[in-house]
Parts: sequence; structure tokens; C-alpha cells
Amino acid sequence: MISDKVKLQPEVVEAVVIRFVGDSGDGMQLTGTQFSDTSAMFGNDIATFPNYPSEIRAPQGSLYGVSGFQVHIGSVEVSTPGDNLDLLVAMNPAGLKTNLHALKPGHTIIVDSDAFSKKNLEKAQYETNPLEDGSLENYRVIQVDMTSLTKEALKNVEGLDNKSITRSKNMFALGMVYWMYGRSKDYTIDFFNKKFKLKPHLIEANTKVLNAGYFFAETLELIPNAYTISPAKMRSGTYRIIMGNTATAWGFLAAAEKSGLELFLGSYPITPATDILHELVKHKHFGVKAFQAEDEIAGIASAIGASFAGDLAITTTSGPGLALKGEALGLAMIMELPLVVVNVQRGGPSTGLPTKTEQSDLLQAMYGRNGESPVIVIAASTPANCFQYAYEAAKLTLEHMTPVILLTDGYIANGSAPWKIKSVDDLPDIKPKISKYTSENWHPYDRDENTLARNWAIPGTAGLEHRIGGLEKDSITGNVSQNPENHQKMTEIRAEKIKRVQNYIPDIKTEFAETGDLLVIGWGGTYGSLHSAVKQINEEGYKNIGFAHFNYINPLPKNTREILTKFKKIIVCELNNGQFAKILKINFNGFEFLQFNKIQGLPFGNNELIGEFKKLVD
Amino acid sequence: METTAVQKYTFKDFASDQEVRWCPGCDDYVILRSMQKALPEMGVKREDVVFISGIGCSSRFPYYMNTYGMHTIHGRAPGIASGVKLANPNLSVWVMTGDGDSMAIGGNHFIHVLRRNIDLNIVLFNNEIYGLTKGQFSPTSLVGQKTKSSPYGNTQPPFIPGELALGAGARFFARVGGNVPKDITQILIEAHQFKGTSLIEVLQNCVIFNDGCFNNITDKDVKEDKQIFLEHGKPMIFGKNRDKGLILNKLKLEVVTIGENGITQEDLLVHDAKEKDPTLHQMLVRLEYPVATGIIRSFNDVTFEEREDALTKQVKANSKFKKTDDLFFSGETYTVK
Repeated sequence: MISDKVKLQPEVVEAVVIRFVGDSGDGMQLTGTQFSDTSAMFGNDIATFPNYPSEIRAPQGSLYGVSGFQVHIGSVEVSTPGDNLDLLVAMNPAGLKTNLHALKPGHTIIVDSDAFSKKNLEKAQYETNPLEDGSLENYRVIQVDMTSLTKEALKNVEGLDNKSITRSKNMFALGMVYWMYGRSKDYTIDFFNKKFKLKPHLIEANTKVLNAGYFFAETLELIPNAYTISPAKMRSGTYRIIMGNTATAWGFLAAAEKSGLELFLGSYPITPATDILHELVKHKHFGVKAFQAEDEIAGIASAIGASFAGDLAITTTSGPGLALKGEALGLAMIMELPLVVVNVQRGGPSTGLPTKTEQSDLLQAMYGRNGESPVIVIAASTPANCFQYAYEAAKLTLEHMTPVILLTDGYIANGSAPWKIKSVDDLPDIKPKISKYTSENWHPYDRDENTLARNWAIPGTAGLEHRIGGLEKDSITGNVSQNPENHQKMTEIRAEKIKRVQNYIPDIKTEFAETGDLLVIGWGGTYGSLHSAVKQINEEGYKNIGFAHFNYINPLPKNTREILTKFKKIIVCELNNGQFAKILKINFNGFEFLQFNKIQGLPFGNNELIGEFKKLVD
Repeated sequence: METTAVQKYTFKDFASDQEVRWCPGCDDYVILRSMQKALPEMGVKREDVVFISGIGCSSRFPYYMNTYGMHTIHGRAPGIASGVKLANPNLSVWVMTGDGDSMAIGGNHFIHVLRRNIDLNIVLFNNEIYGLTKGQFSPTSLVGQKTKSSPYGNTQPPFIPGELALGAGARFFARVGGNVPKDITQILIEAHQFKGTSLIEVLQNCVIFNDGCFNNITDKDVKEDKQIFLEHGKPMIFGKNRDKGLILNKLKLEVVTIGENGITQEDLLVHDAKEKDPTLHQMLVRLEYPVATGIIRSFNDVTFEEREDALTKQVKANSKFKKTDDLFFSGETYTVK
């Protein structure tokens, strides 16, 4: 049944945003992933964002058990998973209720009307059935008895229990959406063939349901094939769809190969960072040593040990885990050993919002250790460039002999996007500071005069036996020293060493405008949201709004002050209460840093950003 | 660890140029000297030896050894040492720790390292007190013990280190007095030779804050009567006159005298350190009279790194990925022209 209160205009669009929602057991993540992968194969640019509850299986039909997957596909560059929806596919009333607010007025809802039972409506706290009470009259509602039609499609397939029949209704929805957007079913059918190789009846069942949905949509002539999204103009090359966490893991694989070192990961499971561990444990063929430790502290401790012994050592975590690792990170810092700590940020404080995104660990990364203990802090800004910044983190730590914190967040870590595959041959060289025995006059704290990096003497190397540790060391001999002047000197050297990293990182660039009325500043995982908002506002005729997005936080790029002077107003947009703004204030006197802060566990929306920017320039 | 073509070292080769700063008369000096004497006997190259410590008096140890070493943070040495060993299994890795470092702040790492059975050697300096923070009770202090943080007597019951270790799955456990360098040296050598995590508890006297705490067990004139020094394959016999022994009476160990009640040496238990079942080893570590010393348990088991190594070889042999590019360009990719 299709409501025709809203007249549908056939249209050709540049981009659409689709969200699949249902119970956490309804397979929405799979449905969304299949749709986005198929679209990428078709040549669209894509960005995706899964949104799932922290409970593994929340009570069925409940509002807090809703799981969703959003995908943005375009014939133009797409930099975020999108803001307002063009299509909402809701597998139950709870999904409809919690997601309707995001749908653009007049746009389409597909619902499984079988799921709108009295019981499910009650669980979703609907007093009346929204499909019947007229509350959806501003939308185009396509009601499909998906559960019944799925059962019908499968009535002749043997070996299926009731549960597997009901569970495949997500493929009915996917089939419908494939038809609506003119997508081929082949990719998904191939996927069934691989996934269910040993269970042919499941290949048959899923394929049947997918086809049934596809042909059902075709038969309903009331749905015109209105949306055509042509392939996007992307730079030539070989691409794959990659999730942020996978890209992070692969960046380290590449860095290990390039540097000629073995990769060691010491880690303890924590949402949303665990997928990096899941990915790296697979790669024993590259000699990766992925060690699941007894806790966060042992995770970093084992990585410090591996680093001392000559591996490229990393540890992965999220906010609460970084708090636990603080003391050990200070140790790695004073011992001046290479170590990368990846913090996939989530909503805090404390346990906070484990499955939601936030940027509120920035100050913890900067300052969360006792004593004067600066480390390099960098942040990835898209799912695909998690690869680049993981690689960069490894390069910096090995060449500058100081720990690096790499910040990502739940949004880019779980989001996926096309990645133009980098061959290891095309990546910059990494030159670890490994010492070989040269003379009697060798000391563990001998330094490179440019970077101030000390040399790395690895156990097993004869003649370089030495002791390091958490006690302050003499700047020359490396022996324990309580000397007051020496402590000040060593503190200054360790700070200067971080500062000099400025000479090895790129300048910050402004996009859209180099000078003007307003500079929008962001850092880390908000790149997509901020970029598309600034792009849009400039397209609307505001020609002088610039955008500067930071990936290097400590140290900041050398030319940062210079770009600040070019704009009348500066606004720093962050998913926290103003942490990067604080860092800018400490570093740059004489500027007013306005703030736009969102702390809801969600990414920025396009409209809220544009609204805020307009207030400042109108 | 390569045993061929190792130059002949003496104990001096393992002493660093740093002045040793423990209190005069501390048993730590005995342990240090025993280690420096044991290392030349192990057939290991100096550059392949790594000492890792946490925090506490005992943890200054690495600074005094002319090998690789790391003096780290409180309680975390087992984690750090695990990383060193996994990164380079060719190294001989030693954890030097105390009762507070290993069983209070580092308790979690202590039990897990024993469970995994990585080929590390842990020397536990047990003095039943906190020395470096100047005299608070530790997890091995006795109930009633008066310390700076228990002026009216300690109310927290202690761990028995061996009991905790065997409960956590330790494959190798030895206990030795802090005043018998020869025994310490011998046990260190055997711990080194043992494949898997070995734990050596040294009953170490703290001359300042807990002086004499083991006198009634370790003093020269009582030790033969108060200790039973266990040796694999030998009867459990002790006493100045070698006339006392242990038998199993129902579910308890019982001290008997040879020649009394018809007991002969044949009736005594024979020590089997290599037995997989730790039940008897547990009874021995809990025994208050006599106190069991020597190598109480030495059960050969697969090590963590052997398991990992076997898996890695298997995965490598079956994998189509030789370089990261093989992975990056595998599976679902597409080309934009």
C-alpha cells in the first residue's frame, strides 16, 4: 500500500542518503553494507555510518534496541554519511519512531507493515498506529507486508526453520532498494555464494528473497525508478571500500613492511577500538604479533617491552583505556622509545557512551600523564585516511623516538568509504634510528642533532648493553641522575624534541577561501561534516568562508598563526566542550576563538553547522 | 639462546659500573652476586640477557647488571618482559620483583604471566614488608605484624606466594633462603634452563624494616631442622641428623622420624617435581614445618611462544599473502579510469 498524499516527482539527483533501521537482530548492518558496497562497485562515492546500541541484543522491538546503518551515495564527492534522509527503511515501529525526525519532509519511508503489530507498537510507545492515524501524511509511505512476502517466497525451500525465514526479510528490503536506485543484485548474490558455500539452502533462500523484493518493487508501478545516480568523478586508480579501523590496522602493516620491522600489538578489547585487534590478529602471515593482554596496562606494557626489543610496537584503546595506560605512556616517553597508542575516541567521561562518537579525549591525549611529558598527537579525519595517519604515526615514532598518540573516533573508525589503494612502494621511506656498535664512546642518550631523537640500541646487539628506566637519566651517560640542572635540561630536551617535529610535518592549508570573514576550524573525525557544510555555504553565495582542518595537534603546523591572521572571525567546531579551542588559546594570543560544540554522541549535522556559520557572517 | 661459541665470562663481566645502593647487610647483595655468578654458567651471551624490573628495592637490580635492562613502573614488569620475549624469543629475560610489586599492585600481571607460560624467569624478593616506602605491611606480611601502616598489628591475611603461583598455573616454582648463595646460584641456572615461566621466591631479609623475619627458618643453626630442601627423585628427608622425613597421612603431609614407629627411609615420599598434578606441590608450599625449599615444581609444558610460533608457521605456509600489497589489492576492488 502506498500513500499518495505526497506527489512523487521523478528526479535525477546527485546524492541520496538512505538509512536502514530495525531491531539489533534484524541484520541492518549487513543490509547497509551490501548496499554501499554495491554502489561503490557501480562507481559512486560513498560514506557510511553504522549506529547500533551498546547492548548486544536489547529486548526485541524496544526503542533502545534499534540498530541502524546510514549510507550516503553520490555522483559527486561525498564526504559524510549525510545529514537528512531521502529514504528511511524501517523494519519495525521502534525504528520508525526513533529515526523519522531525520527524514526530509515529502520523502519516502518503506516499512514492514507486518511488524506493526499491537505488541510492537506498544513496545515503541505508540498509542495509535502511525501507519493509520495520519501522522505520516507529510511523507510518502510504502507499506509492504515484508514478513509475509518473505515467507511466501520461501515456502518451497527446504531445510529452513521459522527463525531463518523471518531473519531473511532484510534481503527483501534490500532487493526493493536495489531496484529503486537501479543497482545490480550481482554483488550481493556473489556474496551469498561465498558466505554460504557450505549451506546451499541459505544461498537459495537469500537469493530468492532478494529477487522477490527486487521484482516486487518493479511490479509496483507506483514506485517510479526516479532516482538515477551516475558514477562519481573520482581520481583514477584502484579502490576498495574500507572501514576506518581496518585502514588503521593496514597503515601499521604497511609501516612495518616499509621499515623492515616486525609489528607488535599489545591490546585489550574495548569498544570501539577492538576491530583493530580483530584485524591484526589475522595477519600472522606477515609475522604480526598481536597479543591480547590481561588488561589495558599489560597491553601497553607488552608493547613497551616489544619496542625495547626492536619491534614496531603499538597499543590500541579507547578513552577509559587511555586513562589506564597513562603511567606506562609516561614511562615510554621518558625512556624515549618508539610506541604508537591509538585511541578510538568514544563518548565519555567514565564509561560514557561506548558506541557513540566524541572528540573529548584530546586534552587527555595532550596532558593525561604525570610530570612534564609531551608526546606527539595526531588525528585521522576520514575512514580512508586512517591508513595514512597510522602510517604517519609509525614513521614519526620511529624517526623521532618518542611515543605518538593517534586519535580517531567511533564515527570514522566504524564508517567506511572508498580508499584509493596505496602500494607500499609508493609510501614515504621510514628510517628507524637503530644503532650498531661503533665505538667505546657510545651512550644510550646520544642524539640526532636535527631531530634530537636518541638512538635505539636493541638487545642482542653486542657492545650496546645499557639500562633505561623511569628514573631521570643523565643527559650524557644515561645513568640515573638526581642532578637538578640535568633534570631541567632533560625536560627541555624532551619538549624541544616534540617541537622540532614541526620541521617534518606539512603546513596547514585553508580550503575554499584563503582570507575572508570567517575561518572554520576543525580537527580529526569531523572533517567530512565541516567540509561539506563550508562547501555548501560557499556555494550559496558566501564566498569568503575558509576552512582549516588539523591532523597534527602536537606539535601544531608551523604556519598556524599565519592562517589565523587572514580571517575576521574564527570558529572552532568540535564534538566536545572546546578542547582544541583551549589548545589554540594557549598557543595563540590575540585571537578570539568562537566555539561551536556538540556533545550528544553524534556527528555534526549539516544544517546546524550552516545555521551557525550564517549567524556569524550575516 | 645459542650455547655455542659463547665466550667464557666471569662474574665481573656482568657487573655494571654503577655503585650498588642497597642497605648494608641486605640479602639483595647475595642475590645480585649469585646472579652474576650464575650467568657465566648459563652459556648465554651477555648481549642476549635482559633484566626487567618494576618498583621497589629489588627493582634497582637491572642498574647493577652489565646487560640490557629496564627499570620500569610499579607492578608492570611481567607485561613488559612478556613483550620483550615475544619480540625476540632468543633473549634470556629476567623479571626482578618484590612481594608488593608482584602480588599487590602487579597481582593481575603476576597471575597471568604464570598462566601463559612464556619462557621468562621471575625472581621474587620476598621480605614480607615494603622497604622503599619505609616500612608498610605487604601482601605477605603476617597477621598481627606491626608496621608503619599497621601500628596495632596487621589485620590482612597474607598470600603464600607459592600457593598463589601454583593456583595460577605456574610450571616452575622454587623457594630458597636469601643467605645461601650457592643454592640461589644453582636454582637460577636451573630456572634459566627450564622452558616456560619460572618463579623463584627468595626469602630475603630486610635489615631495616623487617630484620630477622626469616631467622627461625634460615639461620645456619636451625635451617637444617626447619627446612626441607627438595630434590627431584630424592626422598623427602631433612634434619641435622637426616632422620626426619615426610609421609602422606590421609590428606595431610606428616613429619615422621626414621627409626621411630617402624618408619624407614623407604616409607618417605619421593619428590617428583615434574608431576603435572600440582596437588602435592601445593601441600609442600603450604607446609609451615618444615618449610619446603629447593625446586618444588618443574613441570615441562608447551610454552606460549612455541604455540604462537607453530600457528604463525602454519598460517604463513597456507597464506596467499606474502606482502601487504597482496592483501591491499585482494578481494573486492574496483578501478576508476
